[in-house]
Amino acid sequence: MIELSEILIGRFLRKKWKKQSVQKTIIRSPENYFSTIKLSIYVIISIYYKNGIQILIPRKPAYLQKSYLRNMNDATLQKLKILAESAKYDVSCASSGTVRGNKSGGLGNTVGGMGICHSFTEDGRCVALFKIMLTNHCIYDCAYCVNRRSNDIPRTAFTVDELTTLTIEFYRRNYIEGLFLSSGVMQNPDYTMERMIRVVKNLRVIHRFNGYIHMKSIPGASRELVREAGMYADRLSVNIEIPTEENLKLLAPEKDHQSVFKPMSYIHQGMIENMEEQKKYRHAPRFVPAGQSTQMIVGATSETDREILSVSSMLYRQPSMKRVYYSGYVPVNHFDERLPALQVPPLVRENRLYQADWLMRFYYFSADEITESERPNLDLDVDPKLGWALRHPEKFPVDINKADYEMILRTPGIGVKSAQMIVASRQHTKLGYWELKKIGVVMKRAQYFITCNELPTFTIQEARPEYVRKALTQKANDKKRKNPDQLLLNFPE
Amino acid sequence: MIYFIYDATFDGLLTAVFESFDRKLIPDKVISENEQIPLFIEQIVDIATDEVKSQRVWKGLQKKLSPSACSMLTVNFLADYPNLSTILFRYICKTFQSERSIETNFSDNDVLELSQLYRKVRYEATRVMQFLRFQKSSDDIFFGPIAPLHNVLPLVISHFTDRFADQKWVIYDTKRQYGIFYDLKSTQEIILDNIQVEETTGKLHKEAMAEDEKIFQQMWKEYFNSLAIKERINPKLHRQNLPRRFWKYLPEKR
Repeated sequence: MIELSEILIGRFLRKKWKKQSVQKTIIRSPENYFSTIKLSIYVIISIYYKNGIQILIPRKPAYLQKSYLRNMNDATLQKLKILAESAKYDVSCASSGTVRGNKSGGLGNTVGGMGICHSFTEDGRCVALFKIMLTNHCIYDCAYCVNRRSNDIPRTAFTVDELTTLTIEFYRRNYIEGLFLSSGVMQNPDYTMERMIRVVKNLRVIHRFNGYIHMKSIPGASRELVREAGMYADRLSVNIEIPTEENLKLLAPEKDHQSVFKPMSYIHQGMIENMEEQKKYRHAPRFVPAGQSTQMIVGATSETDREILSVSSMLYRQPSMKRVYYSGYVPVNHFDERLPALQVPPLVRENRLYQADWLMRFYYFSADEITESERPNLDLDVDPKLGWALRHPEKFPVDINKADYEMILRTPGIGVKSAQMIVASRQHTKLGYWELKKIGVVMKRAQYFITCNELPTFTIQEARPEYVRKALTQKANDKKRKNPDQLLLNFPE
Repeated sequence: MIYFIYDATFDGLLTAVFESFDRKLIPDKVISENEQIPLFIEQIVDIATDEVKSQRVWKGLQKKLSPSACSMLTVNFLADYPNLSTILFRYICKTFQSERSIETNFSDNDVLELSQLYRKVRYEATRVMQFLRFQKSSDDIFFGPIAPLHNVLPLVISHFTDRFADQKWVIYDTKRQYGIFYDLKSTQEIILDNIQVEETTGKLHKEAMAEDEKIFQQMWKEYFNSLAIKERINPKLHRQNLPRRFWKYLPEKR
């Protein structure tokens, strides 16, 4: 039996060794990861020689052994169910941002671009990553969280080996793009973070896993651990959860914003340093290539949309921040009186917030423009872009053939693609109604806000905002209610 | 009515273009030999595929069209689409007849139709990357049956060989009865005589399945079920994202 530390494995794997002879021997893994579960894990390794020095590199993963199959049993299935239930309220499941081919002897790649969704849950959300918790034990008692200390739910934890095996096996069957690893906080943030890093390191170093890894950084974790995590993960994220500090204090007395923003800035600094390194050395290992993301709960506390959006816009000022997710509050803890008693989650509000988020990221809107200080919440009937246009009729109608790109982008019914096509094609010819329609402009909306190469039309200046608003919302409501062309069959009851 | 009949290969189609110009004969329709030949036809011209002729046409096309338009033609050739051969034939002929490249002339119906079809075929290839599910067989080969709308397996091979470079796998098109086998080094086309898949469920037969396969399928299913948030269920969106025709091969929806 040979004791083998993971650090040793990690260091030696970075270099390329010439394989000379292979001899199998069994070693015992360094320690048991959780005191509650005692496991002895065996790893088959091959022995590599270079210059007469004996170096140990694990080759065949443990799961290829028959003995390992006994580990994958009903107990694991129960754990999987419990920990998936605990992890499902995290919104993010993106596998975008990194393009990385496979390496020889490795498993997996990342495609970048839009990412690949391998399945969709019944609530319509994408399942790209194996979203799971390492454990749902938690020392905190945050009112909005399903895993809070005082909740009476079954608690369990995965061993590192179980989790890596599941990830690899799911990946091999094309169920997932990679792993999304989150965890409840055991003992203290650093202790938890260390255990999470062990999983991702195991995947990357021992199993040579090349797929996507999204890891949660635990609030309050130290700089060194965040740095180490960033060397293995594609994306790191820290959840803000509650947009303002006083409300966070109300619902989660043990937490503060400082503990969230610190790891965020560690990630940000790491990325900037890494960019410099990449300029000097082309093959410098990449640090969180897909950046970071975060999440806020909507509807659990009294924040207005204006406050939420100003927090988001503050976050987007950091170039490392790729996405802010909004999660409509699902009442998970009915007994807590600090939380509102909601029948259904605020789905429309969540949708409007995402639309506003898009306006900030792709349409050059600032957070102040999207809502007004007198009415700090978004209008639920119309989307934020139309809402802005209705509040500012003086900016319209826009002349499609003359106006600059930014103003065309602000016109309701015209998206980024159409705006680019308009700017490109108006150099050749003047654009009229049909050309715009072919390009893909939603003329039903845009007609009130534009002039093009046609006779004068009934625009917002003639119609007044009140009428336009009514015309655009009325139809949507009618359509929702019923199809007017359909004959009704009224049977007396 | 003049019909050209070719051997359902891309070379055959290009030869048909060559013959048309050579014999100064314009067909009303071009059909592959797998298609039904109508009863009342004036003239049938059998096209004998000739690689020299097809290469000449292809080189001419590469001069006239941009590389992306050339690859658009080959990708569209994989589509299952009524009248596809005729449209492709007309597109190629028009390319040679016009002075400028016709690829951005979307007022032409053939050009518009092919560009729309191209998007559909690429999307179907993405769907295969998303919804293909491997099942581990007893001889350690990962077997993935699927029935895509278009013949898109050639478009996804490079993705899967890069991603699953260290495992043997088969992707099998159950609709067109052929598959791709990867043996850790290269890929080859295979045809299985008696396919070991249950008709209704798309599962591998019990004896052909690896012993740990069942538990991982079950685990994935349970995981998938626990992931849905009950308060937010939206079946319409679910079906829109995950079309019914793929459910048969998805362990989570069986």
